[in-house]
Amino acid sequence: MTRVLGIIGGVGMILLYATLMLVVMPTIQLRTGEDPPEALEPYTESQLAGRQHYISLGCVYCHSQQPRDPSQAPDMARGWGRPSVPSDYSYDNPHLLGTMRTGPDLLNIGARQPSVDWHMAHLYQPRAVSPGSIMAPYPFLFREVEYLGDRRALTLPPEYAPRDGTYIVPTQRATELVDYLLSLDRTYPAEELPVADPDAEPEVPVEPTAGTGDEEPRAAADMAMERTR
Amino acid sequence: MNTAIAFLLSMTFLISIGGLFLMVWGLANDQWGDGVAASKSIFAEGEVGRVEDPAATPQQREDLREEKHAGDLTIDQEELDERRVYDRSSRRPVLWWLGSSVMWLLLGSVYGIVASLKLHIPDWLGGQEVLTFGRIRPAHLNVVAYGWASMSGVGVGLWLIPRLFKTELRGRGYATAGAIIWNIGLLAGITAIIAGFSSGLEWLEMPWQTDVLLVIGGALAAVPLMLTVLVRRVHHLYVSAWYLIAALVWFPMLFITGNLHHLFTGTEQAILNWWFAHNVLGLWMTPLGLAAAYYLIPKITGTPIYSYTLSLIGFWALALFYSQVGIHHLIGGPVPTWLSTLSIVTSVMMIIPVVAVAVNHHMTVLPRWRMVLISPTLRFVVVGAMMYTLASLQGSMEALRSVNTITHFTHYTVSHAHLGVYGFLSFIMFGSMYFILPRLVGWEWPYAWAISAHFWLVSAGFAIYFVPLSIGGWLQGLAMLDASVPFMDSMRLTLPYLTARSVGGSLMTLGHLVFAVHFFMVLLRLGPRRELPAEFVLGRLVGGRAGVTRAPDPTSLPGGGAVASEARA
Repeated sequence: MTRVLGIIGGVGMILLYATLMLVVMPTIQLRTGEDPPEALEPYTESQLAGRQHYISLGCVYCHSQQPRDPSQAPDMARGWGRPSVPSDYSYDNPHLLGTMRTGPDLLNIGARQPSVDWHMAHLYQPRAVSPGSIMAPYPFLFREVEYLGDRRALTLPPEYAPRDGTYIVPTQRATELVDYLLSLDRTYPAEELPVADPDAEPEVPVEPTAGTGDEEPRAAADMAMERTR
Repeated sequence: MNTAIAFLLSMTFLISIGGLFLMVWGLANDQWGDGVAASKSIFAEGEVGRVEDPAATPQQREDLREEKHAGDLTIDQEELDERRVYDRSSRRPVLWWLGSSVMWLLLGSVYGIVASLKLHIPDWLGGQEVLTFGRIRPAHLNVVAYGWASMSGVGVGLWLIPRLFKTELRGRGYATAGAIIWNIGLLAGITAIIAGFSSGLEWLEMPWQTDVLLVIGGALAAVPLMLTVLVRRVHHLYVSAWYLIAALVWFPMLFITGNLHHLFTGTEQAILNWWFAHNVLGLWMTPLGLAAAYYLIPKITGTPIYSYTLSLIGFWALALFYSQVGIHHLIGGPVPTWLSTLSIVTSVMMIIPVVAVAVNHHMTVLPRWRMVLISPTLRFVVVGAMMYTLASLQGSMEALRSVNTITHFTHYTVSHAHLGVYGFLSFIMFGSMYFILPRLVGWEWPYAWAISAHFWLVSAGFAIYFVPLSIGGWLQGLAMLDASVPFMDSMRLTLPYLTARSVGGSLMTLGHLVFAVHFFMVLLRLGPRRELPAEFVLGRLVGGRAGVTRAPDPTSLPGGGAVASEARA
């Protein structure tokens, strides 16, 4: 019996230790002294609803939301934005960092592609605006109507256009989803300086800090973010 | 200094000192010395040296016998009779867990193929919300992870428990009820994902309301383990037992903590997410697969495990290192550097338990390697064990920053995940079921060709899946890192490889179909009778009581006829 208890206790303690190191310690570190950036607005109700559609439709399985440091990957050159920092995700629950880039990173899609019309057409039929794309189409977020009223119809190339006399209009879900996509904009300067090597020249444009220069380099060294080696 | 780093350093120091004291204590108290006896504890007296494969045809048994000659020891008949009683005691819950897992395997295969096809034919079934890629893909993952892999692993574990502890399975009703509750929970969870109620976290997509049922089902399956341990009749705990006990301690800890993700936000939640997700592989599926391999490889070949001490190192090193590798999924992401470094270091340290297990498994088989060509059961298990070595070493390499920069965010990772869960775990589960089912049902696998067809379909299918997808993923990673290549091209270049993946996946699914039909034929006792399940590869009757010279009717015997055959000889 001693051995059974030894195994149960041993493996339980080891997992507790791993949880302490991998979950508790980083959470304590990330939560201390970190407020949401002033430039980052909380999501509106419509954006949150759109975020829920993003989750429900599984966008995260092809799109990451974590641009990388220029020294690791050319994300900035592709226009995906500066490397992200923990505070960029202050209002994100659940997180949508993603693990796959079958499609491009979306953390700054709202800044990169602010056109509502483009997003609507792209969601309805990705190949209508992005030839060769393998993104899933979402026609069920739209409706075909005969009377447009004061709604705005999708502008589509002829091969994807609806039959004559009808229009494709977004449902509320499509509007909310695009609302969320446009809210993805973390182009404000990062609060912490993400550095790989404190002695190296910062490769990321950062707002010059007001001060004499002999202050402690604030949380930078402490909060050295995982970037690259 | 960063408090986290200071804490990490001091804990490392304390654990090393603690480990040193434990080792000194172990040496002083001769805790290392009972290896040979322990490694033989799964054999009956005189059983070592006897080859056993219940799925083999008479011809294969003849061939196997030539590979290994048994000693002159007479086998302990009483112990073999008792083993039949053990098998009978676990019959109902094991068949529930295994039967369910095979159904989930079929569903998971269909989801896998649909998701794979959608990646290169994006408009196929595109108009259906419930069939959109973003729902089919997580449904595939959850069905194969929690339906196929987990349920087959628990089923094999339940079958091992009475054999390892040499007593009947106690509290088996709990395990049967557990299977039913687990199935209901999983069905509800998958329905929620398909209907669009995913929680959004990879590996935790099922809503917590349905996860509760999985926790209850899993806890019920652990009850027989605990009750049986209390009345065990063996002094030594065989290595498979450690892995089973550990897995059943770890899973509830992981699954409950993982489901508390609402308490975390943003990056912290991502960290929790990947701590959980990799531990499901490392501390749940891996121990279940290794427990089966550690039992079956010696059992089929009739050879005790190569080094019992090594398996001790392999077990504790796995516990210590595998539990900390999760954050290698966030290398390059917005997480503290020390944290991903910790996970990279432990990922590389995983080489120690992996090599320990590899030496143990492969050195046991190596002197008798020709058996792999003959025995259908051993073939699956040994290929699975080889894939474990490969997948783990590949995983250690993938955690290195230089490699991870290329492979992260690409199909290379997907390919690697399948090498682990499919190449390793699924192959071992297939082999285990080929061994277990005739024992429990008292009915042989009716068609030897179907076992071969299954093996070659899934092997060829998996090769066509794995090799192209790994190459495609690697090229995709290189293209993504090259600023002069438009992003679209990094996707476009993967298309032929994604198509190859669909071809491979289809062959695998075909193999699963053959396997599932064959499985349920045995369960329902359909198809032509071959003969009674062979207990040993011997030219004489070993299982029957004195005077039995012909194969008796299986139903008239205890254990549903799990009696030795070769009666004709």
